[in-house]
Amino acid sequence: MTSSLAAAGNHPVYDYKVVRQFSVMTVVWGIVGMAVGVLIAAQLVWPGLNDIWAPYTNFGRLRPLHTNAVIFAFGGCALFATSYYVVQRTCQAPLFGGWLVPFTFWGWQLVIVSAAITLPLGITTTKEYAELEWPISILITIVWVAYAIVFFGTIAKRKISHIYVANWFFGAFILAVALLHVVNNVYVPVTLWKSYSVYSGTTDAMIQWWYGHNAVGFFLTAGFLGIMYYFVPKQAERPIYSYQLSIVHFWALISIYVWAGAHHLHYTSLPDWAQSLGMVMSLILLAPSWGGMINGVMTLSGAWHKLRTDPTLRFLVVSLSFYGLTTFEGPMMSIKTVNALSHNTDWTIGHVHAGALGWVAMISIGAMYHLLPILFGRKQMYSIKWINVHFWLSTVGIVLYIVAMWVNGIMQGLMWRAFNEDGTLTYTFVESVQASYPGYVVRFVGGAIFLLGMLLMAWNLWRTATVPEPANESGEAKA
Amino acid sequence: MSTFWSLWIIGLTVTNLGLVLWVLLANRKVAVRDDEDPENKKRSHVYDGIEEYDNPLPRWWFNLFIATFIFSAVYLVLYPGMGAFPGVLGWTSEGELRRHQAQAQELYAHQFGAFAETPIEELAHNPQAMRMGLRLFANNCAACHGSDGGGGYGFPDLTNGDWQWGGSPAQIKKTLMDGRVGIMPGWASSLGERGIADVTEYVLKMSGRDHNEAAAERGGQSYAQFCAACHGREGQGNQALGGPDLTNDIWLYGGEPSDIRQTLREGRTGVMPAQRNLLREDRIHLLAAYVYSLSLDHEE
Repeated sequence: MTSSLAAAGNHPVYDYKVVRQFSVMTVVWGIVGMAVGVLIAAQLVWPGLNDIWAPYTNFGRLRPLHTNAVIFAFGGCALFATSYYVVQRTCQAPLFGGWLVPFTFWGWQLVIVSAAITLPLGITTTKEYAELEWPISILITIVWVAYAIVFFGTIAKRKISHIYVANWFFGAFILAVALLHVVNNVYVPVTLWKSYSVYSGTTDAMIQWWYGHNAVGFFLTAGFLGIMYYFVPKQAERPIYSYQLSIVHFWALISIYVWAGAHHLHYTSLPDWAQSLGMVMSLILLAPSWGGMINGVMTLSGAWHKLRTDPTLRFLVVSLSFYGLTTFEGPMMSIKTVNALSHNTDWTIGHVHAGALGWVAMISIGAMYHLLPILFGRKQMYSIKWINVHFWLSTVGIVLYIVAMWVNGIMQGLMWRAFNEDGTLTYTFVESVQASYPGYVVRFVGGAIFLLGMLLMAWNLWRTATVPEPANESGEAKA
Repeated sequence: MSTFWSLWIIGLTVTNLGLVLWVLLANRKVAVRDDEDPENKKRSHVYDGIEEYDNPLPRWWFNLFIATFIFSAVYLVLYPGMGAFPGVLGWTSEGELRRHQAQAQELYAHQFGAFAETPIEELAHNPQAMRMGLRLFANNCAACHGSDGGGGYGFPDLTNGDWQWGGSPAQIKKTLMDGRVGIMPGWASSLGERGIADVTEYVLKMSGRDHNEAAAERGGQSYAQFCAACHGREGQGNQALGGPDLTNDIWLYGGEPSDIRQTLREGRTGVMPAQRNLLREDRIHLLAAYVYSLSLDHEE
């Protein structure tokens, strides 16, 4: 087994222990979060599953557990692991902060475990993606401040004069998430496990969606673009396509994303001017979002042949096409006339999962397959073939999921707005639920296939960590 | 919106978009592509082995970016967005709603208007009117009363001929127009647990069920004192007050002795929301006829 500090070459000794811990937990929480997702998808097919262990297993309690586990546990651990790895290597400096480094790992795991206990118990602030009650919110704030100190402290100690683009994105993500989390989580606590938001009415809704949309924009986009900017050129062994493009799309993306949250509140009591601005800013976001995709995909020019043999690179590149798809779909759905059809339908769920499975999960998985062998001192993962199988399971799973939700969403939107000649509604709500049933079955199957791939990854990780490499491949391998 | 906040919004919007546009234009260099002269275009810095080309912004991407700016500028001139500036079209979401409501009124009023003068009893036998009534019921009433009108726990069955607030066409229409609030007070403090058990036996007796005669005897006295005012001396109910009939063995909140004890102990509150402003009178007239028709088979 390698020591917790990587062997030094002509660079300083890097701290890989925390990276390894976060990487392993990325796989573990990915499986947990997606398994809960498959369970709640199954509940929509077989409602009886709500009562496995009532009331703790009701859909309403497990759904926030699923979203929190996937975004903050799986996505969060992937971001911690990769940002700690990338910032050290691109700054040529070990992590700053001493005990703060392990504190961020154990603190973040405590947040996740607290969420997994409180949400099924029905303890919730009811704010989407910010459901965790105030004591956990405070813990998140403390861990996040520690994270910022470690990250920016490392940047400050860098041996390289310039700061690499991946670190711009990680830095923006850390700062913006701190701001969003603190502002949206201002509560008046009434008991240890119940608090009320200080905002009310439309203001509360706007603050919530300013937070909610930027949880997507900064946590799930800027952070993962940081991953992309390191792991794509590294895995492809090609230079980044355009430095200029990275400057333009970085500044445009981070300054305009914060305006877009109002598109979640079209046709509500939010004032018209705020809805309009939310819509136009979402449209302007299309080009900056695609800037990241272009820079990633074009980095492969001259290395396309590697896709044939390298399933890890395939994960990274396909994640970029899902990123492009989602960031085209998002601005379209923010147009008010489109939103009138899509809002509250399964289309939104499909859109989120094109982003969460196609972009966030696939780029994280690709980065992990690059990282894990390095962290465990191996040349490569135990089985490249299994990575390839995982890739196809993921792709098929996502496509089934998204297509089912597109069909369901557009059908629901059309059914809800269909009128008879006498002005009465043609369909009742329950008829639209009934018509959605086949889509729910397909979604469950797609999600289950994706989860299967994650289990394969866990097995591959286990074998990589525990099975010594054959001596004939590496003369230095220990007995 | 005050002038300050209006200027604040306009200032932030213009500054943010202006800066982004400036970054975009400032980086629009005419440069050599890497496939023409790769090594010259590389930037000097290397990060952990990663190099960077400095390819120009793709032209189609640049044009797309500019196109979204132009669209947004035009949109913000036409529609509200820039603070208190209402947009040259004068569009508001409230105005759009009013226009749609007026259109709907114009398109559909005659459909219901044709039935507005027909008495409810007569409409209940008109197949076309009942088809329209069914659709109104399915979308507005079925969530609580069930798609067959059969009701559920806490929600009255509309098909069994038992009417808490009256089953005449006029009474049904009034219920729909103005809503109803039915309140059964809790009696735990007046009756005590023993008294509640006794009254429960008396209620069971009135509905012709198995009961304890001695307890019912005692309960009858409490009933006369506390319950008869709303439920009637014989338990026949009082539609003017919404006091349910207790003799017909129909139970809104369950008829098990434990359910009845709970009702007596804590009381019950039932709300039928008013539909006057949601559906308007012409539709409600038709809906009343549909609800009236639901129990016709039962009565015949």
